[in-house]
Amino acid sequence: MDVLAGKVKVTQKTLDQTMNPAELMDHPIRLTARDVTVHYGAKQALHGISIDIPDRAVTAFIGPSGCGKSTFLRCINRMNDTIEGAKVGGRIELDGQDIYDPKLDVVELRARIGMVFQKPNPFPKSIYDNVAYGPRIHGLARNKADLDEIVVSSLRKAGLFEEVKDRLSEPGTGLSGGQQQRLCIARAIAVGPEVILMDEPCSALDPIATAIIEELIDELRENYTIVIVTHSMQQAARVSQKTAFFHLGNLIEQGDTEDIFTNPVNKQTQDYIMGRIG
Amino acid sequence: MNTLILAAALLILLGVAYQSGWSKGRSLVAANGVTVHSRPQYHGAYVALWAMIPALVVLALWGLFGGGIRHDYIVSLIPVDILTALDQSGLNLTIGRIEALASGYGVVGEVQPWEQAAGDALRSFQFLTFAAVLILALVSGAGALFYARSRITARQRSRNAVERVVGVVLLICSAVAILTTVGIVASLVTEALRFFSFINPLDFFFGTVWAPNNAGTGGHYGQYGLLPLLAGTLMITAIAMLVAVPVGLMSAIYLNQYADRRVRGVAKPLIEILAGIPTIVFGFFALVTIGPFLRDAGAAIGLDIKATSALTAGVVMGIMIIPFVSSLSDDILNQVPKTLRDGAYGLGATQSETIRNVLLPAALPGIVGAFLLAVSRAIGETMIVVLAAGNSPVLRGNPFEPVSTITVSIVNQLTGDTDFTGPQSLVGFALGLTLFVITLCLNIFALFIVRRFREQYE
Repeated sequence: MDVLAGKVKVTQKTLDQTMNPAELMDHPIRLTARDVTVHYGAKQALHGISIDIPDRAVTAFIGPSGCGKSTFLRCINRMNDTIEGAKVGGRIELDGQDIYDPKLDVVELRARIGMVFQKPNPFPKSIYDNVAYGPRIHGLARNKADLDEIVVSSLRKAGLFEEVKDRLSEPGTGLSGGQQQRLCIARAIAVGPEVILMDEPCSALDPIATAIIEELIDELRENYTIVIVTHSMQQAARVSQKTAFFHLGNLIEQGDTEDIFTNPVNKQTQDYIMGRIG
Repeated sequence: MNTLILAAALLILLGVAYQSGWSKGRSLVAANGVTVHSRPQYHGAYVALWAMIPALVVLALWGLFGGGIRHDYIVSLIPVDILTALDQSGLNLTIGRIEALASGYGVVGEVQPWEQAAGDALRSFQFLTFAAVLILALVSGAGALFYARSRITARQRSRNAVERVVGVVLLICSAVAILTTVGIVASLVTEALRFFSFINPLDFFFGTVWAPNNAGTGGHYGQYGLLPLLAGTLMITAIAMLVAVPVGLMSAIYLNQYADRRVRGVAKPLIEILAGIPTIVFGFFALVTIGPFLRDAGAAIGLDIKATSALTAGVVMGIMIIPFVSSLSDDILNQVPKTLRDGAYGLGATQSETIRNVLLPAALPGIVGAFLLAVSRAIGETMIVVLAAGNSPVLRGNPFEPVSTITVSIVNQLTGDTDFTGPQSLVGFALGLTLFVITLCLNIFALFIVRRFREQYE
């Protein structure tokens, strides 16, 4: 019962914290997408997506399976580059800079736009090395003390430090699913990104671990631009300030989360939120 | 001809039995609907299996005892006065003549009238017994067919019975493989023990001189020290691994991570063709091309490399093992979850960083397993070393000199005129046993590592 009570509390807290639209206006736009299309071979997965994503807020992509929300998310840090046969069209800008510019270094881009995946994917290394991996490859720490500090502060920000501080040298794969996912969040934070993309970060987790991650996302919003893909409408309503509804590769409707959930303009959005499709 | 008739008869019996069970099953379904326990095809298979059992038992009995009966019959055809005059080999010769006459082939020399009569009698005996066996098999099969068919009811659990028989058949098949292995090991062990009755095991395992007295002159057996051969084997294996592992592993990484689909579609089959080349061809290639090339290349930089040497054999064996290492490593790299790669890319790691820091550590246990399997292949490889290693069983550490290996010595000791009574040929079994134990341990260790690795991601 305690556990359940805790979960309800979290939910209520996050709902209370949802910013009102006027407040959201103060947040400048970090990411803009215009007419983004994606083809996997001959199959078109996205049909011209245009969206603005505000700074220091959580934007949620919702929609039924196969609607293209994850595909679009993977365009934002060019993860589709690693998929054979994927072709991205249109334009995506981060702070006014085209991220598909051939002159742009994709490694640098991914350091600025971190990602957390659907399934927790810690590397087969120690907890410490998992978090230290990004800073090491990007040369962010000048010495061991620096690195230690980055690791500790990243684990703190991900709300994991207290649980793992005595076993930093143990393998990251030995943690529970929820802890692994927070380790992956810490790993992403350690590189010092400005944007964090989360691809259904709670879909492999139980409700308690989910509640903890949701609370964490709400805290991270203070410092990061967060984009989260979720198949759970309740989660979108709980953690996000902006919501975009995808269906069959199209962006059907976008707006403030409160508006989308209480007063959707589009019939399809309404049907999805009412549970009639998807 | 007779075998064909027999097979045809059994097949017809099988078909008829299946059809009869199936049609009865169908009529049960028509009468009772879905409450029938088994589907008609299971009833068919059930009746067919029942019909086969007695028929096969009859044939097996004939196979076991038929030869003896026939032999006794032939002996009884030979007149007593002639029979008593024959020794064992003469008897076999006479029986052979009668059999040849019976089957209509010509025989050497003049045919005695009693031989001709015996041949004719044997021919009709053979026809009669064949007909009797065939009819007996078919009748007993048919009897079983009717019995099984009469048992088919709506509640008859034919499916379970058929599944059980299938299980037993599969068990027998795997038992054949296992028993063969056991038999081979047993013969290796017993023959090796016979060898050790001639030669002290300590002299064999720790002896440093390999000088078997193959001619057997002078009343002594020669020396059978394993160490020169073992050293040669290990040296060639090490050279082969130095060639195969870097090349194989890197080509696997290239194909798995860098090559686009079109390149992979062409390159992978090409590499696998390398695995299909017979090892004798590799040996030939070593002898004719690589050996002289290495010798000339060595001469150019002032090294004395023999054309047939540990180096030649090792390099060519390494080339032979490349596809083995590369395809195993490729499989293992494929098993590393894609999410791990994505995680590294998502942090801004480059492709080579991802491979070095994430992919290879995750795949390492599997790659070590592949490496050990490759080692055990290299140790057991024969043809290349027979042709290219130089066959010089002397203990020395220079890879540019000819060496000999365990497999080469087995070939040398067992080819030609051997009678398996002295240690000269029996040593082959002791060497084989040594080889077997080494590769067995390597394989078990490798499979253990590979399996542990697999469990990690399931």
